[in-house]
Amino acid sequence: MIEFKLPSLGSDMDEGTLLEWKVGVGDTVKKGQVVAIVDTTKAAVDVESWQEGVVHELVAEIGQKMPVGAVMALLLEAGETAPAKVGAGGTAKPAPAAAPRVAAAAPAAAAVPATPPAAAPVVAPAAPGRRMISPAARKHAEEKGIDLDGITGTGPHGAVTLEDIENAAAARPAPAVEKAAIKPAEPQASRAADMRKTIAAAMSRSKREIPHYYVSEDIPLAKALAWLQAANAQRPMAERLLPAALLLKAVAMALKRYPELNGYWRDGGFVPVAAINPGVAISLRQGGLIAPALLNADGKPLTLLMQELTDLVKRTRAGSLRSSEMNEATITVTNLGDQGSQAVFGVITPPQVALVGFGRVAERPWAENGGLKVLPVVTASLSADHRVSDGHRGALFLLELNELLQHPEELDK
Amino acid sequence: MTDAEIRAVALATLLSIAPEVEVDELRGDRTLRSQVDLDSMDWLNFLLGLHEKLKVEIPEADYAKLITLNDVVAYLQRKLGAG
Repeated sequence: MIEFKLPSLGSDMDEGTLLEWKVGVGDTVKKGQVVAIVDTTKAAVDVESWQEGVVHELVAEIGQKMPVGAVMALLLEAGETAPAKVGAGGTAKPAPAAAPRVAAAAPAAAAVPATPPAAAPVVAPAAPGRRMISPAARKHAEEKGIDLDGITGTGPHGAVTLEDIENAAAARPAPAVEKAAIKPAEPQASRAADMRKTIAAAMSRSKREIPHYYVSEDIPLAKALAWLQAANAQRPMAERLLPAALLLKAVAMALKRYPELNGYWRDGGFVPVAAINPGVAISLRQGGLIAPALLNADGKPLTLLMQELTDLVKRTRAGSLRSSEMNEATITVTNLGDQGSQAVFGVITPPQVALVGFGRVAERPWAENGGLKVLPVVTASLSADHRVSDGHRGALFLLELNELLQHPEELDK
Repeated sequence: MTDAEIRAVALATLLSIAPEVEVDELRGDRTLRSQVDLDSMDWLNFLLGLHEKLKVEIPEADYAKLITLNDVVAYLQRKLGAG
């Protein structure tokens, strides 16, 4: 049996509320398939499954708030047959011999042991598919959010008593589930306030834990913009490229030579990531920002990258992101050039270890070979984690970025 | 199309991108992007929306001419007249 758990939807997200199931019991789930929509303080997120199987049970209920790691559903693996037991209502239930599940949405570490505890209580012997339990005890269990499958009845013939419910509630490791009724969409001001708190927590953690260093580089863009202009002249309006796509691709390519900037700081050490998934900082019109990932940006030609960037911005602002986009960014790229800032020195998003910022592309005086000319220039900056890299490497990364942008045609591969 | 009709199309397109805009407070003779929070992606979508609604081709080389709402209306009027 596969336990499908609520994945992390970003480093700054530790819980979510189930809005909708996109699958039902008996449905086959493929890798990458969206199985549920979960609301976070930042957005409603399409949660994908990265395992294949057949839905055996939808554990989480609509409107239920769950911590990251909570079991949302049970899937049968290929070739696995459903346990024979069928509940009174006809709903398939896990086999009685299975280790008891604690209330559905308890924190993963406590609620979902990797192996059944040695003294796992066995479900009380009773008629198949029917627990012996009084209406009062059943009602009390519902009020407490207790899963009856996890309780050993101590009453006559294994009946579950009120005392059993109380004991189960007392033994529960943490307030498991906030079983909220389905709420209407939160007022925008409330969501904005929640998002502000989430950003505040993540950024405070970043500044508290990550020793940032900063370097910057002024990069002439005459060649890059001329190449873009020529390329766009051949394209229909809907397929034109923005400088932002070129800058993103250049960052992704430069990271291939500086892998110490692409990955996570976890458990006291750096974990490099092979995939280059820049998180693109996107401001929301109602306030706040989200930095979803453009997956595998280094391997995509500019036309595709631009399409995906356009789609990502549109879906971010419409509140329709996928879980992989929320939790797989390996570095953040922010661009405040449109807002007129000459440069931006950003705060790293933990557990990432670097952030690249771009300011406004503007004409500036440029001294070169004893002469002075006017060129379009952008200031690129790097904020990086000093536990993982040094300013020397950071500066070399920006030099590489500069070099790549002097050969824009090579970025379109 | 009259200028008023083109302006209405432009404002509807703008509102589809930036719904928070108070149309009555927009000054036609002021820089559009200083009055509305539009990034380059929004701007591209704004021009693309005008292109789709009015069937007007807007070359990238002309983007720099489109500073104010009045500029946009006059530019589109010329293009529509020429077409």
